[in-house]
Amino acid sequence: MLNYTLRRLMFAIPTLLVISFIIFALLDLAPNDPTGNLPLTIPPEVREQIRQSLGLGDPFLIRYAKWLHQFFINEPLNILSQITGAEIFESADRLRIRSWATRSPVVDLIVQRMPQTLWVVGMSYLVGILIAIPIGIISAYKQYSIFDQLGTFISMVGFSVPTFFTGVLLIVVFSVNLHWFPSIYDTNHEVTDWSSFLFQIKQMFLPVMVLALYNTSQISRFVRASMLENLNQDYVRTARAKGVKERTILLVHVLRNSLIPVVTVIALGVPTVFSGAIITEQIFRVNGLGQLLITSIQGGDIPVVQTLTFIFAVLIVLFNLIADVLYGVLDPRIRYD
Amino acid sequence: MTDVPQPDIGPDTLPQERSRAMQLWGRFRDHKGGIIGAAVFLIIIVAVAIGPYIHTIDPQFLDIRSKNQGPSLIHPFGTDNLGRDMLAQVLAGGRLSLSVGMVAMALSLFLGTVVGLFSGYIKWLDGPLMRLTDLFLALPLLPLLLVIIMLFRETLRAIFGPETGIFILIVFVIGITSWMHTARIVRGDVLAIKNQEFILAAKSGGTREFNIILRHLLPNVMSSIMVSATLGIATAIITESALSFLGLGFPSDFPTWGRLLYDGANFLQITPSRVLWPGLAISLTVLSVNYMGDAFRDALDPHKVKH
Repeated sequence: MLNYTLRRLMFAIPTLLVISFIIFALLDLAPNDPTGNLPLTIPPEVREQIRQSLGLGDPFLIRYAKWLHQFFINEPLNILSQITGAEIFESADRLRIRSWATRSPVVDLIVQRMPQTLWVVGMSYLVGILIAIPIGIISAYKQYSIFDQLGTFISMVGFSVPTFFTGVLLIVVFSVNLHWFPSIYDTNHEVTDWSSFLFQIKQMFLPVMVLALYNTSQISRFVRASMLENLNQDYVRTARAKGVKERTILLVHVLRNSLIPVVTVIALGVPTVFSGAIITEQIFRVNGLGQLLITSIQGGDIPVVQTLTFIFAVLIVLFNLIADVLYGVLDPRIRYD
Repeated sequence: MTDVPQPDIGPDTLPQERSRAMQLWGRFRDHKGGIIGAAVFLIIIVAVAIGPYIHTIDPQFLDIRSKNQGPSLIHPFGTDNLGRDMLAQVLAGGRLSLSVGMVAMALSLFLGTVVGLFSGYIKWLDGPLMRLTDLFLALPLLPLLLVIIMLFRETLRAIFGPETGIFILIVFVIGITSWMHTARIVRGDVLAIKNQEFILAAKSGGTREFNIILRHLLPNVMSSIMVSATLGIATAIITESALSFLGLGFPSDFPTWGRLLYDGANFLQITPSRVLWPGLAISLTVLSVNYMGDAFRDALDPHKVKH
């Protein structure tokens, strides 16, 4: 198992290198001038100096190598020295990836935005899983019942209706007409006492529900299919024949086996949830990672876009790996060696 | 399969003569959701195609005095903040949205089929092409789409004009980022088919490789391509509207459903119906297409054949 994991990790490195090259090249070779938005009165030689200061003087491959060095060596070292508080080499001189718009290090921007995204996205994924599993179990156990048909229909709707429509619809109903929940997420809000905690719950409710509906509809279909497959197995008949209680059969024997593929699907879905959050954050004005990406794209802030896109790619590769390894760990029938 | 005589077939038609397409249609018809989905999708297409000839108001006609109106006889869906008729805009937007969905689907289907056929049939191409597919699957698509559109929008607009330029760009980027699943499915099918006797027979008959692929392999993988096609329209429409919703798709002068939704979202409190109609249109289209895809998949699934 360890051997397999290591082999996969080794394989992930060239994949990530190629992806980082694609992202870097795409952004770098595109017709775009970072000084294009500056006033026309700036003389050309000053403009050239600005370009130099943004690190655009070197040839393409050298810039790519520098970016790689900054991303894979400087930034991790920096995070390490921030966590431990120790001085690792001379950290003040270390070159960092800086945003063109704010001139602050990109990683710091990401660290600022991360908690909002994690709260909203992570919570919605958890809620989605918690709702999806019981629904999947019941619809599989009572196949073709009214509950099952209704569940299948709702999951089809939740899967088809885009989040930007459900989000806007929920805003119309719950914040414009009923005034139950705020339509805009207030990031500066701090939880200090009970009432502010309630407010936090209230403002998280709509974005979490929008994403949770989408996640639930996807995961519950997987749970249902996987439960159905296991319910027809011989071991279920054996368990029934020897008089195991129906509840135990369903919740212990069948569920445990059915959750193996579901766990991998859940792991595979994490990166897509992050990219889905880009839209939800835009609707509810959550200033998380997705919003940072959109504003930097609109502002032509290439270093931020490069880094964020690459982090999304790392997430995809990482969770693919986690899903494969988990599958091997959970299911003793799978042997990778 | 069985020699029980089938009562519903006339005396002079043998069961074998019922073509495969008819069988599939019969099984497709059993799926109630699929039939309703197909009907709804057809209605939407017809409405979008002939609607502008019946409801003849120009979608871009500004009538500032009748802005932000609710539904009325002249404007069944109301008007927007510049007094443009919403029904006309939704119909015109539907034409764009649907054509983007179909052209992008066709492109991604073409790419996926070619990659799948070649990697399944030609051994030395399999490794590289599948690595390429894995690589594309690992790309963060939505961010990349946004980035590509942001970077190349102006250039293409200058070359092809505002509407055609953005159309080409969006169709192209959606097409080249969504072919991977089709490629994998087609490759799997080809691997299963290519060792069967009829391929061997064709080979020993001296058929050229290219003709084997075109005449013998392609018709046999057509059914799974059909499923990919229906699902492909749905994802393409969703992706396009998501891009437009983020403000990086079609401009307001050539609005798609996603763009109408995006523009309407700022006027939620005054005219909520501006969001409702385009959103409903997107959702209904995608829902009906997904149901059709489900029915196709069930009809093609050999485990579900009932006699």
